[in-house]
Amino acid sequence: MAITKSEVEEKLADLPTGMNPAQMNQWFDQRFEEKMREIEENHIPSLSIVVTKGTMDWGYPPFILASTAAALGWEVDLFFTFYGLQLLKKELNDLAVSPMGNPAMPMKMPFGPQWFQDINWNIPNIVMGNVPGFENLATSLMKKTTRNKGVASVQELRDICVESGVRMVACQMTVDLFGFKQDEFIPEIADWIGATTFLPIAQKSDVSLFI
Amino acid sequence: MEQAINQEVDARGLNCPLPILRIKKALNTLQTGEVVRMRATDPGSVKDIVAFCNQTGTELLSSEEGEGEFVFTMKKN
Repeated sequence: MAITKSEVEEKLADLPTGMNPAQMNQWFDQRFEEKMREIEENHIPSLSIVVTKGTMDWGYPPFILASTAAALGWEVDLFFTFYGLQLLKKELNDLAVSPMGNPAMPMKMPFGPQWFQDINWNIPNIVMGNVPGFENLATSLMKKTTRNKGVASVQELRDICVESGVRMVACQMTVDLFGFKQDEFIPEIADWIGATTFLPIAQKSDVSLFI
Repeated sequence: MEQAINQEVDARGLNCPLPILRIKKALNTLQTGEVVRMRATDPGSVKDIVAFCNQTGTELLSSEEGEGEFVFTMKKN
């Protein structure tokens, strides 16, 4: 039912406060600002990440961001899908990194004198692809480098995430697709869900990333 | 006056984000008004500690650098 202009004026005139429109506007602006400040102060920031990669190098960003956000007091949701599910396996020792087809990855030795460690070994793909065990070698070099530099392992960061209440959910479809079994994964997975359940979580979060 | 320290955190040799995670863990065990001191070697921690304190309402009492080490004191609010 529509309300006419004269009715509005009548109602405004009846206001017990007896404010004129200018005072009313001022009161409203002030009250609005106070309310907004109050809402902002009580707001708990939130982060949601779609985790889609399952190599050692790609395992770092989601767990670093999630553990840091949790340390800042944020609420964090991680949705693991496709290869990202590898990061939820009970054993993370199999996580590997491949310099193959990854020209941005430096190949440096984590031992020996400094001049030797500074060399970036430019190894052609044809060599990387044909030398058996090259990926294992690259992975163990990377692990040694992270240890040398005091960077946490992916496993360590995941443990911190679990401890600090980061909610981890996993994609049911991926499990079916790749023939995984749910008991291959850590029991801390809060739920097995699909895109339909995750999207509303992402919609409500302040920061939403795809990694 | 020398500030009383309730807890020490040694984050030397640790890299991002571990110093922040260690300080958060320490703060969790402290009462309001208590002070934690952290030593770190990660140069990134200088800016990160400021951001952390701003976000969590922790009071950064001091941030000093010397001999390749960074020393921060923070008060839980």
